[in-house]
Amino acid sequence: MDLQLSDDELAFQTEAREWLAAHVPAEPLPSLDTAEGFVAHQEWERQLADARWSVVSWPTSYSGREASLVEWVVFEEEYYRAGAPGRVSQNGIFLLAPIIFDHGTPEQQDRFLPTMATGERIWAQCWSEPEAGSDLASLRSTARRDDERGGWVLNGQKTWSSRASFAHWGFGLFRSDPDAQRHAGLTYFLFPLDADGITVRPIAQLDGEAGFAEVFFEDVFVPDSDVLGAPGDGWRVAMSTAGNERGLSLRSPGRFCAAADRLVELYGERPDPAFADGVVDAWIKAQAYRLYTWGTVTRLAAGGDMGAAGSVNKVFWSELDIALHETALDLLGPEAEVGSRWLDGYTFSLSGPIYAGTNEIQRNIVAERILGLPREPKGAQR
Amino acid sequence: MRFVLDEDQRDFAAALESLLAASDTVAVARAWADGDHEPGRKLWGRLAELGVTSLATEATPVEVALAFEALGRYAVPGPWVESAAYLPTALGREVDGIATLALPPHVPYALDADVADEVYVGSTPGAEVGDRVTSVDRTRHLFRVTGDGETHDDAFDLAVLATSAQLLGAGERVLADAVTYVKQRKQFGREIGSYQAIKHALADVRIALDFARPLVFGAALGEVPASAAKVAAGDAAYLASRTGLQVHGAIGYTQEFDLSLWLTKIRALVTAWGTPAFHRARLLDGLVG
Repeated sequence: MDLQLSDDELAFQTEAREWLAAHVPAEPLPSLDTAEGFVAHQEWERQLADARWSVVSWPTSYSGREASLVEWVVFEEEYYRAGAPGRVSQNGIFLLAPIIFDHGTPEQQDRFLPTMATGERIWAQCWSEPEAGSDLASLRSTARRDDERGGWVLNGQKTWSSRASFAHWGFGLFRSDPDAQRHAGLTYFLFPLDADGITVRPIAQLDGEAGFAEVFFEDVFVPDSDVLGAPGDGWRVAMSTAGNERGLSLRSPGRFCAAADRLVELYGERPDPAFADGVVDAWIKAQAYRLYTWGTVTRLAAGGDMGAAGSVNKVFWSELDIALHETALDLLGPEAEVGSRWLDGYTFSLSGPIYAGTNEIQRNIVAERILGLPREPKGAQR
Repeated sequence: MRFVLDEDQRDFAAALESLLAASDTVAVARAWADGDHEPGRKLWGRLAELGVTSLATEATPVEVALAFEALGRYAVPGPWVESAAYLPTALGREVDGIATLALPPHVPYALDADVADEVYVGSTPGAEVGDRVTSVDRTRHLFRVTGDGETHDDAFDLAVLATSAQLLGAGERVLADAVTYVKQRKQFGREIGSYQAIKHALADVRIALDFARPLVFGAALGEVPASAAKVAAGDAAYLASRTGLQVHGAIGYTQEFDLSLWLTKIRALVTAWGTPAFHRARLLDGLVG
């Protein structure tokens, strides 16, 4: 058991740290969920890509560095420590790309990955529907076969689609076999959000910004070449995304360690003993998350997979994120309600226990798949 | 970078596990609580043969943490933290036989001074043993002692680590027993473990223990202060004990039911070797300076 980085990993760390120190914008960019901020963040992605820092874990043939998992975590630590901008390309590079690598055709890989790596094309995820949230498999949006044109015709409605307000393309599941039940008969589609028949209606989030949107589909044609994986196999294909989202890729420990360090600094400036425990606990939990991640990385590197441990992870980081920001607001006292980086972080953190599968669903998964408790009898099916 | 146990460490943990699983440690603990130390002394001897008492001087803190996690999981009674973590580090040598100590203010009483061959205050032997006081944990026989002694910082940190590991093991045991129980117990025609109220409570225990473990072993590797491990393991084990009691219902509230051994031990260990408040304050001092 050891936590030492190898010489190569240390060299990688130094290179990342030096590049970030020289290039991270001194002033925070405007929010990526505004028109102006979206473009500014795309420009930042271009800068990252030019120096081959945008997708470090990808193969070199797609502008990556073939970074190991350890190096990826190291990069993320450096990234957040440097206070670098949020990743507007996150849905694509972290959620969709692993699926394109695993299930995409070589033609799809060549067509979609390069613009994803540069941030030129930003992706929105289209999972939830008005009547299918936690119970995603009950989704009703349809895909009708069109043999004549060699593709599918999409109809229905998606909602809470992250980044859809400004993004260029979307990915999501549609029911391609109307007779199949729940997880069967779903197909994974990729589609341009400016296609004929698609209407995107931005939704203002709690903070007023249009971080997500409703997406309406009215006879939208998608060619066979934009189906990811086999028709009818969409659930299995999509669930590899869900594992990524809950697990490592969306929430690297660097983000929480950097925030916890800033919280300690804030306490140093405004030491109020009433909130000392909150500061210490946030720091301890950020360290716990960092060390836990090294354990996960070791297991994955040895060929294991995240499995249901992704759910353990998701509940922990989402609750840590809220507690950490609540403590910062406590320390700010009456200033807490005034716009600040802490307030932005707090508002964002409130979405954590809801998206990527609510924490109630995650606790069910932990209880049933890790502790082996009996499944709860399900309600009547539609 | 490999944050998992290596093969030797796994073998050692497995050897401890098989020894303890075959030792009816519940009976040992109950006898110890009633003042019959014989079974406990025999078990002490077998664990010493396996090397538990020489880990502090001859192995690394990782092995110490592994051993104490097992001692916690099996509710093994006796002044183990004192004899196998604090004193060997403070004295720079393995302890002969069973020894114990007090270290005011964090360790105000000497644990099991009636069994110990030598009683210290800090690193000073020959402490005078006074009255016994009653612990919430019937297997912990606490004694007032008089004498003076300094705190050895490294020894204190190893004792804190060992206590954290014991809490981790005790918490894991309570969770395992609670899971077994809620899969058997039926009410309203269903296993109570199929209700979300029960599932979510036990899932929270699983999550708390999963994130306490890397702090315990991270502290063993010197990545974080031992205080961080103590706070997290104490919180997680205490959550396990409260939840474990609640899902068992009235049977869990009896002394006769074995769960009581762990519920009372966890309560005692949460404040042993530095209270959570002390360790939080110590961490904050280190962070803010």
